Amino acid sequence: MSTVILLLLTGIGLAGLYFMFASGLSLIFGLMRVLNLAQGAFLTVCAYVGWALAHTGPDGHVTTARLIFALVLSTLCGGTMGFITETVFIRPLYKRETEQLLITVGLDLAIVALVSGLAGSYERVLTLPTWLSDSTTVLGAHVPNDTFLTIATAIVIFASLTIGLRRTRYGLIVRAGVENRDMVTALGIDVRIAFTLLFTLGGATAGLAGVLAGIYEGAVTPVLGDSVLIFSFIVIIIGGLGSLLGAGIAALIVAVVQQFANYYLRPGIGDLIAVGLLAVFLLVRPAGILGRERI
Amino acid sequence: MNSHRRDVAAGVGLNQADALLSVTDLHVRLTGSHIVQGASFSVAPTGVTALLGRNGVGKTTTLRAIIGLIPSEGDIVLDGARISGLRSFKIVRCGVSYVPEDRDVFAGLTVAENLRLAELKAGEHRYDLVYDLFPDLKKRHKQLGGSLSGGQQQMLAIARGLLNPSKLLVIDEPTKGLAPRVVLEVVDALQTASEVTPMLLVEQNLRAIARLASAALVMAQGSIVYSGPAADLLGNEALTLALLGVASTKADRRESP
Repeated sequence: MSTVILLLLTGIGLAGLYFMFASGLSLIFGLMRVLNLAQGAFLTVCAYVGWALAHTGPDGHVTTARLIFALVLSTLCGGTMGFITETVFIRPLYKRETEQLLITVGLDLAIVALVSGLAGSYERVLTLPTWLSDSTTVLGAHVPNDTFLTIATAIVIFASLTIGLRRTRYGLIVRAGVENRDMVTALGIDVRIAFTLLFTLGGATAGLAGVLAGIYEGAVTPVLGDSVLIFSFIVIIIGGLGSLLGAGIAALIVAVVQQFANYYLRPGIGDLIAVGLLAVFLLVRPAGILGRERI
Repeated sequence: MNSHRRDVAAGVGLNQADALLSVTDLHVRLTGSHIVQGASFSVAPTGVTALLGRNGVGKTTTLRAIIGLIPSEGDIVLDGARISGLRSFKIVRCGVSYVPEDRDVFAGLTVAENLRLAELKAGEHRYDLVYDLFPDLKKRHKQLGGSLSGGQQQMLAIARGLLNPSKLLVIDEPTKGLAPRVVLEVVDALQTASEVTPMLLVEQNLRAIARLASAALVMAQGSIVYSGPAADLLGNEALTLALLGVASTKADRRESP
């Protein structure tokens, strides 16, 4: 029983990571028909930034204050990367989705190579303040505390994005633009502002997810972003491209199934099952759980 | 045909100076086909100007080019200012509202949200006008756009187009696919609205045109072949038959109460 609880809660934590990363990816695709694959590289860079900032102390000791500082600055760093990517690379290629996609792939490869070159490909172990590296006993299961941090952060992001989409004018523009971008323009709205906003938000959540992924994995490596990217990609397709709630539900399904299968069957099988789920959804329900259109 | 062409030239010459919108030598090429081939016409600063023609002659394409949704060549001047080449959202902000052929109501947004999205300048929205024209929309303001009937969606699309005090409303086939009773309702509303906002209207329903339009333009094979008073066109059965392929007088007779 305690193992089940542990797997379930860490699975939900992993789902939180996937969701944070996938939310931006999904909204950007819904509005612009572009997958920002460079987000994987944003996550990696921000994870390194976070790691470096968290370990700035003279003794290399990571205090709570330094960790919060690292989380905040990594979020800003990711947002800045998203903003620059959209304004410099994506905007000049307006409505040329294939070229936009290729640019993001190129950026991802280049940035990951740059990080490997500069930082080396070895693991940087992320030490944590004791309250975070400890575990809490839930129904007999010793659940690492960072799981709760990730879950709480994901819930806050989900709630903020949902409120932002429902209650603000930009949210209205994004929701309408996901349905019919041309008509939004034909109502006198410069939809490009929403593009920049979403790229920046997507980058910021990827940045935040970078530090949390580092905490979850216990270490930072140049391929951290790409591993999260692959499963988040599966999540947004299963959830339905452009749907925030769909991404949340799919993240839970993928991560929990992955966690249980990796434990009970054999490590790696869970990852394979996630890909299998993707295949099943593409065959049976290509629009995803809450997607409106077919892809 | 030659005499109609002369009409066109005369009409353009007469209207150009005081025209609200003047389009000169408009060309649109889409995926290799030359759809609009040098169309020139003017839209009067008051009332409804109808753009007519058989299916596939380029009417919708012309409207989409005016609103900047597709690339075009030629000059489009609104109220003295050149709007051709501007991006769509700027053209709309210059004062051209657009009601597209298939309504394009946002299905996942409520009626109120569809209208709120269309708000341009704070304090200038004509909610009174649109709710007067379409009281049903006020009642259904919390309903999702996708759950409205075709007629209600059309009313919402027109309301969206009338919400801002624009210089010109460009409206594409507002009665298409609607039940006769709803057609009457929509035409009534457009007639009232045309007193405050001039319109460029693409429409197939000749009875609707007879009630609404003061001026008429006829398009054939991508250019304008008639420009003149709507009554002259609709009153001349031989001409409507030649240009539109339908007889107008029957429609007229049925129309008159």
